[in-house]
Amino acid sequence: MGAIEFAKLPHIGESVLRKEDYRFLTGAGQYTDDITLTRMTHAVFVRSPHAHANIKSVNTSAAKAAPGVIGVLEGKDVANDKLNGLPCGWLITGTDGQPMKEPPHPVLALDKVRYVGDHVVMVVAETLEQAKNAAELVEVDYEPLPAVVDVRDANGGAALHDVAPDNHCYKWAIGDKGLVDEAFTKAAHITKLDLINNRLVPNAMEPRAAIGSYSRANDDYTLYVSNQNPHVERLLMTAFVMGLPEHKVRVIAPDVGGGFGSKIYLYAEDVCLTWASKKLNRNIKWVCERGEAFLSDAHGRDHSSHAELALDKDGKFLALRVHTDANLGAYLSTFSTCVPTILYATLLSGQYATPLVYAEVDAWFTNTAPVDAYRGAGRPEATYLLERIVSRAAFELGLSQDEIRRRNFITQFPYQTPVALQYDTGDFVACMDASQKLADVAGFKARQAASQSEGKLRGIGYSSYIEACGLAPSNIAGALGARAGLFECGEVRVHPTGSVTVFTGSHSHGQGHETTFAQVVASRLGIAVDAVDIVHGDTGRVPFGMGTYGSRSISVGGAAIMKALDKIEAKAKKIAAHLMEASDTDIDFANGEFTVRGTDKKIPFGTVALTAYVPHNYPLETLEPGLNETAFYDPTNFTFPSGTYIAEVEIDPETGTVRLDRFTAVDDFGTIINPMIVEGQVHGGLVQGIGQALIENCVYDRETGQLLTGSFMDYAMPRADDFPEFKVGHVCTPCTHNPLGTKGCGEAGAIGSPPAVMNAVLDALAPLGVKDLDMPATPHRVWQAIQSAKA
Amino acid sequence: MMQVQLTVNGAAVTLNAPENTLLVQALREHLNLTGTHVGCDTAQCGACTVIMNGQAIKSCNVLLAQVEGAQIATIEGLAQPDGTMHPMQAAFKDCHGLQCGYCTPGMVMNAVDICRHHPNPTEQQIREKLEGNICRCTGYQNIVKAVQQGAAAMKA
Repeated sequence: MGAIEFAKLPHIGESVLRKEDYRFLTGAGQYTDDITLTRMTHAVFVRSPHAHANIKSVNTSAAKAAPGVIGVLEGKDVANDKLNGLPCGWLITGTDGQPMKEPPHPVLALDKVRYVGDHVVMVVAETLEQAKNAAELVEVDYEPLPAVVDVRDANGGAALHDVAPDNHCYKWAIGDKGLVDEAFTKAAHITKLDLINNRLVPNAMEPRAAIGSYSRANDDYTLYVSNQNPHVERLLMTAFVMGLPEHKVRVIAPDVGGGFGSKIYLYAEDVCLTWASKKLNRNIKWVCERGEAFLSDAHGRDHSSHAELALDKDGKFLALRVHTDANLGAYLSTFSTCVPTILYATLLSGQYATPLVYAEVDAWFTNTAPVDAYRGAGRPEATYLLERIVSRAAFELGLSQDEIRRRNFITQFPYQTPVALQYDTGDFVACMDASQKLADVAGFKARQAASQSEGKLRGIGYSSYIEACGLAPSNIAGALGARAGLFECGEVRVHPTGSVTVFTGSHSHGQGHETTFAQVVASRLGIAVDAVDIVHGDTGRVPFGMGTYGSRSISVGGAAIMKALDKIEAKAKKIAAHLMEASDTDIDFANGEFTVRGTDKKIPFGTVALTAYVPHNYPLETLEPGLNETAFYDPTNFTFPSGTYIAEVEIDPETGTVRLDRFTAVDDFGTIINPMIVEGQVHGGLVQGIGQALIENCVYDRETGQLLTGSFMDYAMPRADDFPEFKVGHVCTPCTHNPLGTKGCGEAGAIGSPPAVMNAVLDALAPLGVKDLDMPATPHRVWQAIQSAKA
Repeated sequence: MMQVQLTVNGAAVTLNAPENTLLVQALREHLNLTGTHVGCDTAQCGACTVIMNGQAIKSCNVLLAQVEGAQIATIEGLAQPDGTMHPMQAAFKDCHGLQCGYCTPGMVMNAVDICRHHPNPTEQQIREKLEGNICRCTGYQNIVKAVQQGAAAMKA
C-alpha cells in the first residue's frame, strides 16, 4: 500500500487516546526499579572523584569484609575475565585517510581515571545500604593529573590516552574547500560568527537502572535495563564485550521513563551487572541516583564553532564555511563519533539553496563525561549555527529575518545539497507563511511598542530548520562508518479470533507507540484499535530490532510493520479466494472485508483469520496454515522533517531577565497518524530546546574538571512556569519513499527552537548595540552583554 | 528498627523498618506500592509526591518516624475500587498530559491537591503550583490543560 492510500484510511489522522496511559496513571507502570527478583542483591559503583588521575592502588579488603557484602569487583577482575572494553559503533575516517583514534573504554577503570564519575569499583551486597556502606570502605589511592576540560583547551593539554597524545580523535571534513574559498573571494558581503553550543545533561526523569540475572540451570542471562534499543544493547554486549552467544542473553527494556538519546548506549554498569550476576550467582540491581546520573550519563552538544557565510549583493547565499571543535568527553560513547560529523555537517545546507558548503570538524578528548546523541544529535548544532548566522546576516544587511530566508529557500524537489543529502520533498515557503500567520507577526510592531512603553525590549526570532530522520539506509550508513545496520523489524501475529499482536523492534519510552502503531495496524486490517496490542522492548519476544532514536520509529519501524501487513494481506487474500472460490487476483480487501471483484461475495477478516488456524476448508497443498508474518524494512533515504519556528521575547534591560512571551511552531512531518501525540512530541522538544537557549547549562570547573551543575539544585531544568502556551501548526508534504508518508517528529522541537529564541533575544537587544550572545541567555549573561555594549 | 502505624489508601498498616527509612522507601519497598517514583536525590523533581493528611508532600523528604498515625494517599489509591479512574487521572489521559509516565503519579497527586485547595485554578496558578514537579517529556502544556479539566470534573 502506498502513502497516499494509507493517509486516507480510517484512524489515520485521528487523535486516539493512548492505550498505555491507564497503567501509567494508576501507578501500574513497571519501570526497572519496580521489578524485584528473588534473592536480589544491590550494586553500588565507586566512582572517581578526580577528573584525571593515575590509580596507584585499589584496596577492597575492608569492603569485602563489611556486613552483607557479596562481592567487590575492580578493573583487574574485568581484565582477568577477559572482558573487552565498551565499543564505539561508528568509525570516522579522517581527512588524512586514517581511522579515528579509538582508545580503550574499560568497563572498570584500570590504572587511570579520566573524568569525575568514571567507574572504578563495583560493590554488591544484600541490601543497598550495605552496599553503600561498603563502598565507603573501598580505598583508591589516586595520583591526580592535570585535567583538560574545555574543548578549546584540549589541544596541547594533558593527554588522556596513549593513542591520542594530543587529545585529538579525528579531523573530518565535508564539501569542496577550494570552491568554497573561491566563492568567498567573490562575495559582496561576508558574515562571521563564533558560537558555543552549550553542553547539556539529558536528565530523563527515570534515572538509568539495570538488573542482571543469571540462571545456572539454563546457562543464560537476563538483563533488565532502562534502554531505548535492547537488541543493540545485547549485540554490543555479547559480540563486542563479553564474547557470549546472543541467544544466551535476553535483554528486557520494560517501561522506560524517558530517554532522549541518553539510554541508547551500552554503559559500563550494564555490562558489570550482567557479568557479575554469573560470577556471584545472584540477581543484582543497580539504580542510578540523580547525582550519579549527572556525572555518568552521556551528555549532549558541547561544540565550539566558527562560521562564515558569503552572500551576493541581493542577500543570496553563495557559500558557507564552518570549523567546529567537538568535545567527545573522556571516552568514545556508542554513537559519539557520528554526532558531530555525519549527523551534523550534512545538515548545514538547511532549507537553503546554498550552492557550496565546506565544514571541518576536529573532535577532542577531554576529562569530562562522554558526549553522545541527545535529542536531535548533531542536527540541533547544525541548525543553531546556520539559523544564527542567517539572522545575523539579515541584521547586518538590514533585511528582515523572514525575507533573507525566503530569498534563499529551496523550492524544487528532489534537491541535492552540497553536503551529501538529497531532500525528497518539502514546502519551506508554506511553513514560513503558516508560521507567520499563526504567530501574528503582523501585530508584532504594536506589541513591541507596548513593551517599550513599559521600559521593556521586545524581539522576534526566526528559525527555519530541516533535519534528517528515519535513520537510515544501511548501505549509506555503512559507507559512512556505521558498524551496524539501521533497518527495522516488525512481526504481525494475527490470532485465530482476528485480534492482533505486533512485535516491533522500535522502543517506546514516552512516544506512544502502543497507540500509534496500533492505529496503523487497525486501519490496514479494518479492525478496532483495541484489537491490536504492541509488544516492544524484549529480545526474548521481538524477533530483532534497532530501537528508537533519530525520530525513526514510525518511518522505519512503522514501515516494517506495513511490509509485514502487506504479506498478511497477500496471504489472507489467497485464503479468502479459496473460501469464495475465486482467483486471489480478483480479491479486494478494504474496511476489514474481502470481496470478489464484480460480484457481491464477501467475507470478513475474522473469518479468514479463523480459517488460517482451523484449516478444514483450506488449500493446504499450496499454502501453509497460520497468519503470522515478519518483515524487515531498510529505508532508501533519510526523511526530512522541516519547519519554521517564531519566538517572541520581552527583556527587562534593568535585570537582563528574558521572558518568552510567544512561541509558534509550524512543522512538516508528512503524514500525521495521531495529531495529539505528535503535538505532545513537539511541546516536549520545544521545552528542551528553549531550556537550552534560556536556562540549561552543564558546567565543569575549567581547571579541576569538577562538575559544578551536578543536581537539580544547580542545573536549571525547565519547569511549568517558565513557558507560555505554544502555538503549533502543520504543513504536510508526505515523505515520498516510505509507505506511510511519515517523516518523524520526536526531535524537531529541540532542533528548531534554540536559534529562534536566541535570534529573538538578539533582535530585542539590537537597539542597545548587543550583537552576540551565547546560550543560555540567563539574566546574568544578558545583563553583562548590555553593560559591555554600553562600555 | 521502629514500628509505625499509619493509614495508606484507606487501609491500616503497621510497618517495622529501620529509623532512617524514608516514606518513599516504605511505600515502594515495604508495601510494594511502586507507583510512587524517585527521580532525584534533592527533593526537586516531585516524582515521589503523595498526599499526607490532606497536603501534597514529597515522600523522599519525610522519615517514617514522621508519619505515625498519618493518612497517606498514593497514586494506587486514587481510582475507584472497580478501576474507574479519578477525574484527574481521566483528565490527564484525555489531554495527553503524560508521555513516559515516570513523573505522572507525582504530577497527578499534586494536581489533585492543587484542585482540592483551589477549585478554580487559573493557568498561571497551575503553572506556578506545578513548579515543584519536573516533567522532561510533555513540555507541561497538556499537563496544565489536564489540571484545568480535572479541576472542573472534580467540582462536578
